[in-house]
Amino acid sequence: MPATVSPNPPVLRFDNLTLGYNRHPAVHHLRGEVATGSLLAIVGPNGAGKSTLLKAIAGELRPLQGRIEWPRGLRRQQIAYLTQQATLDLGFPMTVRDFIALGLWREIGAFAGVDRDQQRRVDAAIDAVGLRGLRERPIGAVSGGQLQRARFARVLLQDAPLVLLDEPYGAIDAETVRDLAALVRHWHAEGRTVIAVLHDLEHVRQEYPQTLLLARERVAHGDTATVLSEANLRRAAELASGRGERRPAPVCQATPEDA
Amino acid sequence: MNDTLPTLPLLAPFVEFGFMRRALAGCLALSLGATPVGVFLMLRRMSLAGDAMSHAVLPGAAIGYLIAGLSLPAMTIGGLLAGLAVAILAGGISRHTVIREDTSLATFYLLSLSAGVLIISLRGSNVDLLHVLFGSVLALDDATLLLLAGFASLSLLVLALGLRLFALECCDPAFLARVSRLAPLAHYGFMILLVVNLVAGFHALGTLMAVGIMILPAAAARLWAGTLGPLLLIAVLIALLGSLTGLLLSYYLNLPAGPAIVLTLGAMYLLSLALGPLGPLAGRWRAGWHFEH
Repeated sequence: MPATVSPNPPVLRFDNLTLGYNRHPAVHHLRGEVATGSLLAIVGPNGAGKSTLLKAIAGELRPLQGRIEWPRGLRRQQIAYLTQQATLDLGFPMTVRDFIALGLWREIGAFAGVDRDQQRRVDAAIDAVGLRGLRERPIGAVSGGQLQRARFARVLLQDAPLVLLDEPYGAIDAETVRDLAALVRHWHAEGRTVIAVLHDLEHVRQEYPQTLLLARERVAHGDTATVLSEANLRRAAELASGRGERRPAPVCQATPEDA
Repeated sequence: MNDTLPTLPLLAPFVEFGFMRRALAGCLALSLGATPVGVFLMLRRMSLAGDAMSHAVLPGAAIGYLIAGLSLPAMTIGGLLAGLAVAILAGGISRHTVIREDTSLATFYLLSLSAGVLIISLRGSNVDLLHVLFGSVLALDDATLLLLAGFASLSLLVLALGLRLFALECCDPAFLARVSRLAPLAHYGFMILLVVNLVAGFHALGTLMAVGIMILPAAAARLWAGTLGPLLLIAVLIALLGSLTGLLLSYYLNLPAGPAIVLTLGAMYLLSLALGPLGPLAGRWRAGWHFEH
C-alpha cells in the first residue's frame, strides 16, 4: 500500500479479505474501511459471516486470503471484544466486582495492585451499568441480563479505542437493552470506534449511523438509511438462501466493487 | 506443664516418636504446597486429569528406581520428566486429533500405571510396589523431608506471584489470551506446578494417594467459601486438620498412614457436603438464603 497521508486515517481497512474455517470460506473478498470514531452495525442473515468477521478483526482468526490493515497501528490488546457467548466459567468463585475489575488488566497486568483511583473507576463502572446492589454477589448467581451488564462494565474499564460487540442484546430485556445502548452512544461520543453485530434492524436504524450489510460478501456498506433499503435486504436474503441450493461450493472470484 | 504434654493423647505420639514428627512435617509441606494447586485444579475442572497425571509420574519414577534403586534424586527426576512429558503430550494429542482430552488422559493413565507396575516388578518385591503406590509417610528421611519442603516453598512462591494470572486462566482463558501475552506461561506454568506437587505427594503418599491431598480439601473448602482467597485458606486448613487426624488414627488404630489420611480428608468432604453453606442441604435448612445479597 502506498503511504497516504490523511488527516484522519481509518481505524482499519479490509483488503480483499477472505475468511473461513477449515478452508471453507465464510466471508469473501471483502474490501472497505472503517472510519475512526464511527459507530458501525454489521447486519445480515444467519450464516452471513458477521461473527466471523468480528473475530478476525479481534485478531482471533487468521484470514484465508487478503488482510486487515491497521493504519493507526492499533494493537490487539487495545481492542475490547465482547463475544456472543460469555467465555467465563460461571462456576468460578468470583464476585461481580472482581469480574468487572478484570477490565483493568491492560493497566495492572498480572502483578500490579489496584490503586485508589482504579478502585474508584471500578465502582464508577459498576454504577454505570446499574449493578451497585449486586457487586458482592458471585458472578454465577446473577441473571443473563445482569451478566451482560457486568460484561459491558468490564469493556468500559478496558478503555479501548476500538470496541467490538457480537450480538450484545440477544435474549435480554428491553430495559437492559436501553441502558446498554446508552452506554454504546456514550462510547461513540467519546470518540471510540464501535463495531456491533446486530439483528434488530429497527434498533440499527435508530442508533447506528453506519451499516455494513453482509451476506458472505459485501452487499452494501455506508449510511444506514441507504444500506438498509428494501432492494439490498432482498439481495442479502437471496444470497443467503440461494447459496445452499444453487451454489453448493462457494465460487471464489474477484468480484467487482458494488455500492 | 512439660510433664503433662507427653500424656495428652493428641500430642503424645508426636512428642514420643521422631517418625511421627517427620510425618507431620511432611504433611504440613504437602498441605501448604499441593493443596492450593489442588484448588486450582478443581476450579479448572481438571480433577480427573490430575488423577491421571499422578499416574503418569509412576513409570518415570519406576525407571529411576530400576536404575538407582530407592534413590530420591533418581525417582524424583524420573517422575518430573515423565509427568511433564504426559502433560504436554496429552494436551497436544487432544488438540491435534479427534481424540478428546479426557480420553487422551485416560489412555496415558492406563499405559503409565501398567508400565510403572511392570518396571518395578522387574526388579523389586511387593514391598517396593506398595511403597510406590501408597507412599511411606511414616518413613520420611531428612532428604525427602527437605525435598517436600523445598517443593512446597517453590510452589507457594510461584502461586503467590502468579495468583491473578492462574485465576484468570482458570475462569476466562479466552479473555486472558486477548489481554495478555502471558497466557501460555500461565498454562504451562500451572502444569509444571502440578507435576512438581504430584512428585512431592508421590514421595509421601504414593502415586494412588497423592491427588487425595490436592482434590479432597479443595472440594470440601468449595462448599464453605464463595471467593478465591477464603477458598485457598480453608482448603489448606482442612488439609492440615485432615492429615493430623489421619496420622493420629493411624497411630492409635494401627492403620496404614497414607490411606488413613486420605480417608479422613474424604470424611471431611462428606461432612462439608452435609454442613457447608454451599452444600446441597444448605438450601433446605435456610430457605431464602439464595435471595440475600
